[in-house]
Amino acid sequence: MMTMFRNSMDALLADQNATFFFPPRASTFAEETDVFFMYIFWISAFFFVLIVAGMIYFVVKFRERPGYQGDSRPLHNNALEITWTVIPTLIVIWIFARGVYGFIDMETPPADTIDINVTARKWDWSFQYPNGAIADTLHVPINQNIRLLMRSEDVIHAFYVPAFRAKKDVVPGRVTALWFRPILEGEYDLFCAEYCGDQHSEMIKRRGVVVHDQAGYEAWLAEAAKPPEHPVAHGYWLFSRLGCKSCHSLEPGKKIVGPSLAGTFGQTLRTADGQSVVFDENYVRESILEPQKKAREGFQNASQMPSFQGKLNNQELDAITAFLKALTENPALGDAVKDGDFSVDEQKALGYYTESEQESGGEPAGEDAAAAAQSPDPGRPAGEGVGTTQAESDS
Amino acid sequence: MSAAVTHPTAMTPESDNFLTNSRGFLSWALTLDHKRIGLMYLVGVLSAFGLAGILALILRAELMTPTQMFLSNQQYNQVFTLHGAIMVFLFIIPSVPAALGNFLVPIMLGAKDVAFPRLNLCSFYLWLVGAVFFLTAMLATGLDTGWTFYAPYSTTTQGPVVAATLGVFILGFSSIFTGLNFIVTINTMRPPGMTWFKMPLFLWATYATSIIQVLATPVLGITVLLLAAERVLHIGIFDPQYNGDPVTYQHFFWFYSHPAVYIMILPGMGIISELMSVHSHKSIFGYRFIAYSSIAIALFGFLVWGHHMFTAGMANVTTIIFSALTFSVSIPSAIKVFNWLATMYQGTVKLNTVMLYALAFLFLFTIGGLTGLWLGALSTDRPLHDTYFVVAHFHYVMVGGTLVGFLGGIFHWWPKMTGRMFNELWGKISCAIVFVGFNLTFLPQFILGSRGMPRRYARYVPEFQELHQLSSIGAFILGFGLFVALGVLLHSLFRGRRAPMNPWGGATLEWQCASPPPYYNFKHPPRVNEPYDYTGLRYRDAEHGWEYVHPESDKVSAPEATPETKPASN
Repeated sequence: MMTMFRNSMDALLADQNATFFFPPRASTFAEETDVFFMYIFWISAFFFVLIVAGMIYFVVKFRERPGYQGDSRPLHNNALEITWTVIPTLIVIWIFARGVYGFIDMETPPADTIDINVTARKWDWSFQYPNGAIADTLHVPINQNIRLLMRSEDVIHAFYVPAFRAKKDVVPGRVTALWFRPILEGEYDLFCAEYCGDQHSEMIKRRGVVVHDQAGYEAWLAEAAKPPEHPVAHGYWLFSRLGCKSCHSLEPGKKIVGPSLAGTFGQTLRTADGQSVVFDENYVRESILEPQKKAREGFQNASQMPSFQGKLNNQELDAITAFLKALTENPALGDAVKDGDFSVDEQKALGYYTESEQESGGEPAGEDAAAAAQSPDPGRPAGEGVGTTQAESDS
Repeated sequence: MSAAVTHPTAMTPESDNFLTNSRGFLSWALTLDHKRIGLMYLVGVLSAFGLAGILALILRAELMTPTQMFLSNQQYNQVFTLHGAIMVFLFIIPSVPAALGNFLVPIMLGAKDVAFPRLNLCSFYLWLVGAVFFLTAMLATGLDTGWTFYAPYSTTTQGPVVAATLGVFILGFSSIFTGLNFIVTINTMRPPGMTWFKMPLFLWATYATSIIQVLATPVLGITVLLLAAERVLHIGIFDPQYNGDPVTYQHFFWFYSHPAVYIMILPGMGIISELMSVHSHKSIFGYRFIAYSSIAIALFGFLVWGHHMFTAGMANVTTIIFSALTFSVSIPSAIKVFNWLATMYQGTVKLNTVMLYALAFLFLFTIGGLTGLWLGALSTDRPLHDTYFVVAHFHYVMVGGTLVGFLGGIFHWWPKMTGRMFNELWGKISCAIVFVGFNLTFLPQFILGSRGMPRRYARYVPEFQELHQLSSIGAFILGFGLFVALGVLLHSLFRGRRAPMNPWGGATLEWQCASPPPYYNFKHPPRVNEPYDYTGLRYRDAEHGWEYVHPESDKVSAPEATPETKPASN
């Protein structure tokens, strides 16, 4: 048992930034909470030792033994009782006040924050950066004030990075905000701290929080915002990035808010006003730019979908069309996108592999294939893959 | 020796012993005797504890490694839900009040029974029905919401949420009836001469607990009904999908469940007040401070529920107010600890099994209370909230406090309940094993928490493995210690020496009653004295017990010279 304890001590000391009680101090909050933690520790230790020492002393001194006669009459001492009421009261008032001091700092973001939108869902995180880049890991520059605006798509989650001493529940139906200022470069774990069901403990993002220097952050951000070149991959990248997938499922028949888009391309559908329409290139284009115009039967509530008029150029519209077309041609693509596990066929559909490369020995070649080889998780848009790769190769 | 030494009820005819005066299943199933109901509760809550304890060991075994050993994520979630829900609703809330309280409250009052014996039996059957309902529901399809039933997870998950909440609803009524019964009993059935401030402190604690049970439990009933309505009818109160607010659920839930923490710990504190005084053979220090602090804890306990929601996104002012109120409740608890400590001063401390459990309580509860300081302070709570630090903190209070206090109480009143003495040596050994095992289980969890290990995780990052393994080893030692304690008690039933009327030298009224008491408790109304005045008591080797030697002179020297002139309701 002692060996085990010593091993855990060694494991700790291996990381020079961690201490016996604490993970690395990677944000400005850590200084305050750790120092305060230790103050409370020593106050508690004092009272604990006082109580236990008193207990042992009394037990030894007044124990029942031959020749010792105790006195059972009641004792009363108002001065003593008032003392041990007033002193703890004063101490807890100080603890309360200092706690409020730290709390107000945590709840008052400075004016100059970098705002990052966070979406929590069963059982994943999604971060949207100011330049529009979306990733499933959090990348922040050192010595900058970061503010997270957090939403949940389903149940309550909690964003928790121990190294930042930062935690806040992510509650569906409202936006919660959390700010911090990273002060130590490195990679840290991200946890979900509010029980959220089956895969709650799979919401650990191992080293999913990366603190870069300013140049590194900007480089990562630019890379993360760069769309993949192949139209199908680009289409899926846009589909994730624009929030389409929070309303449109890629599983056949699964209705979230809008209709599922799996296997729909090329079909003839009925609109809400009873006409029939073919789900073709034109319909895709029209529905993105003017969602209310030909709402499908059963989805009269299409007013929930915002218009993307002026937000997408022709190339981007074509990419989304290409993705939806690929989804129909290869139904497994929907599943693949969901579970992130791509077979060669699915990669072909997404454009990561081409027939000629397969024939020439199966070695991926060309730009897209190189991106696929580099990315350990082809389910993510290629831009994100770069960041993830970097994080994992560093670890 | 004078005739005064022979107490009229020292020898109970076998036919009067409450355990044997009537026989057969129905004589227990339909009994109105508070003592038999208390014993049935004791068997019931200990069975629930055994079941939930085994579940805890399963969880700790799974946590030996960071990856899956034998429980899937889903199974882990179901097991921790069962562990928490059974421990809270079936064991710890009814443990002391329903099991020991039922047995002791009337006897400590010198009464024959509680005010409403039929309501008392009804309360037991509600507990039983609620327990069966709750367990069947949870075991049949696997409830996975945690014992807190947080919305919107609980309104959307598969599983028997409605059935389980109905079980909680039924159990709530059991708790309310018990509380109501004790309030009426203590208010109306105190014997002449027993003013409020001559009541044993266990009764003060029970009274304070009963107030919470009666006032807070209806809110739990409302909460679970609203939750069921949200789930079935989508009334739109907790689930944002129907324009509800999940934080509202948390307010409802903790408005009951925080006071419920004091339903759990106050009776334990009451037990310790009795144990420390009797086994130190010393009048309790600061009787009024302890009595008032029980009531203060009960009342402040209603105002601090928000500290469960410090990270849930409440308004800042609300959060700060809840922090302040949370600290206010720590003061009465601190006062009690100092008073228990001072009670030993100049006394005659007997280091027997019961006293060891009481001292273990003092040690563990102090840790539980002090670690609350980190969680009440808003800035240190931020990283610690919903981590193993919290798990360790509340286990120090609930297990180190209530369970150890409950065990101490069982050992203390075991001779009274069963008429048998247990083996002292093995009793002490059980206490030592429980103490070591408990600390080894939960001390490492504080460090796990401060390093960032979130609670309710089936898997974890490998850095935490060593501390988890220490904790798991401790849990098995703790389980073994509890098993030894059970063995000591069961052994005494068959091999134990017959218990005298007053084996410990207690001055409260239950020690003027035979062991085990006759079904009518007292043949003659007992003489009411100060509950912690030991001056007339002498140990008699022949009986292995204590008796009043000079009751007449004792009466004259009693501090209250004219108790009769005071009305019973002081």
